[in-house]
Amino acid sequence: MMRVDVGYPRHVVRIGSATLPLRRRSLVVGALLLAAIVVLAVVSLGLGTYSLTPGQVVRALAGQGGALDRTVVLEWRLPRTLAAVLLGAVLAVAGALFQTVTRNPLASPDVLGLANGAFTGMLLAVVAGAASWSLLTVGAVAGGVVAAAAIWLLAHRNGISGFRLIIVGIGVSALLSSVNTWLLLQMELETAMFASAWGAGSLNGVGAAAVRGAALCSLPLLAALAVLVPRLRQLDLGDDVAAASGARPEAVRRTALIVAVALVSIATAVIGPVAFVALAAPQIARRLARTPYLSLGLSALTGAALLLVSDVIAQHVLPVALPVGVVTVSVGGVYLVMMIVREIRRRA
Amino acid sequence: MTASTRYAAGVAALLCALALVLVLSLAVGANPLSPGVVLDALRGGGDAQAHYVVVGLRVPRTVTGIAAGVALGIAGTLIQAFTRNPLADPGILGVNAGAAFAVAVGVAFLGVRDIAAFVWLAFLGALVVTLAVYVIGSSGRGAADPIRLTLAGVALGAVFSGITTGLALSNPDAFDAMRGWNAGSLLGRDFGVLLPVVPFLVAGAVIAVLVAPGLNALALGDDVARAQGANVRGIRVAVIVAVTLLCGTATALAGPISFVGLMVPHVARRLFGVDQRVILVVSMVLAPTVVLLADVIGRVLIAPAEMPVGIVTAFVGAPVLIALARRARAGAR
Repeated sequence: MMRVDVGYPRHVVRIGSATLPLRRRSLVVGALLLAAIVVLAVVSLGLGTYSLTPGQVVRALAGQGGALDRTVVLEWRLPRTLAAVLLGAVLAVAGALFQTVTRNPLASPDVLGLANGAFTGMLLAVVAGAASWSLLTVGAVAGGVVAAAAIWLLAHRNGISGFRLIIVGIGVSALLSSVNTWLLLQMELETAMFASAWGAGSLNGVGAAAVRGAALCSLPLLAALAVLVPRLRQLDLGDDVAAASGARPEAVRRTALIVAVALVSIATAVIGPVAFVALAAPQIARRLARTPYLSLGLSALTGAALLLVSDVIAQHVLPVALPVGVVTVSVGGVYLVMMIVREIRRRA
Repeated sequence: MTASTRYAAGVAALLCALALVLVLSLAVGANPLSPGVVLDALRGGGDAQAHYVVVGLRVPRTVTGIAAGVALGIAGTLIQAFTRNPLADPGILGVNAGAAFAVAVGVAFLGVRDIAAFVWLAFLGALVVTLAVYVIGSSGRGAADPIRLTLAGVALGAVFSGITTGLALSNPDAFDAMRGWNAGSLLGRDFGVLLPVVPFLVAGAVIAVLVAPGLNALALGDDVARAQGANVRGIRVAVIVAVTLLCGTATALAGPISFVGLMVPHVARRLFGVDQRVILVVSMVLAPTVVLLADVIGRVLIAPAEMPVGIVTAFVGAPVLIALARRARAGAR
């Protein structure tokens, strides 16, 4: 058997004739992240006014233990925890796609106006008198998609340049954010506060049905990415090389962005525009595993862990219960500051 | 000579525009007055109500608008020359996030309700956060790398805005104050609010004027600037100090007014070329014109209600930004 030195320790998984080379460090980091998610999930299922030990939680998950334990864990708390894991992963994958396509570590759905657009859509639904949760959701998803489409069209000129996409995104975002400020000023104080809490992104009131729906919508998209990823890696070589080796850069970029927007919309529909997970998770994953590119799988695990941690902090650590989005912004910002400081140290 | 003739004529035209907008700002509003009545009131004549509207309400508001506009115009010129980036905004260094955070803390924990106190809180918050951004962005090997400063501004801005949102959402009073303050408004500003911060504004403007010739040297790159005898580090520090004072003053006075600081120097550069001294003077006149005009538009757009000036400027500024991004050469990534 011939061995090729690829510069890093790796394992090759063979299924029939297909081979899948895996970096050892990525495998270890992935396993650790998975373990962290399981531990965090068990902890978050146990925390609350009716608190349970990890043992009780595991028994309840296995369908044993007292009836009350099972109700609390399976019916009250499990949907929320599952939502945090699933949508954290979904947001992180969307962020990794955005950043890979624009080749810019600051690109994310937040920067590109999706979050502000979703909030505008939701506020307009409120102003129009929508009272039900589902109508607000429809408004939010529509707002996000319209904002993304507008940015895409405005940034499109002889193809899409990553930089122009970001600048146009900043402009449209700023415009939408001042629309949001204005709409909030027009509302009754209580309505405005409710709307703002939703606009920060919150896991409060996520039900089993919503999680099931989100899973049904997002899992096929995530599976479809398996086909797209090799093409994206080709793009990392630069457009010319990618085109020479048979890829169609423009089409690949478009597909990737559409999938990313769809993923963000799913997350927005369930928990509102949660900020910073999409921005920070891929960058954290990359630094943990030291991969030369943004790994979608590791980003997903990091995103899930990040949203779970933020939710535990938002629910149980802070003196007042806050929407999880408020915590993710601060956690993500602190992380960015640390990243800059470390970069400066390395150069100095 | 044509260039300087063009410059002189341009500045004269801009001054006329400013004078026109100034008259509009005194005359237009929920209680529209004719220029004659405005003049009478200014001279101390006319009926008591017109006198109160003009001298008591609109003159302070207009002067505040001019002060905030001048500050934003200068700060924008400085920050764009400093970062060598035509799309840099003075708020990029975290000034707005810091000011908002301080105001939210004041309302939530100190029970502050008064606009005059907001000014000091906002000014202090802006100062502290810009200082933190500068320390994080420029430590290491001295020269404040513009990209790193921007990143540091975005990151610290995110942290503070997260905390501000958290405070606001857990405190209805803070929420109510913040949603008004965030819009950026000149409503209800009187001389008691304005006069105490004037010294900071003047100090910032003087530093800017002194440092302007150095900005031209800086535009050629650090090495060439040094070869010409410019003190690069000194210029950088002076610029940061001036931007902090000016932008802090503007934000303290009117809240975060978006896009003026970004847009005005950019337009000035397009009209009158790349001499930073010229851009500085033109921005000083053009920026208050834009702010006052936006304020006047905000008063009539949805009369009898008012649209805050910061929202109007965003509506004007965002399309300009997008148009500029579309016109930039495809080669310039």
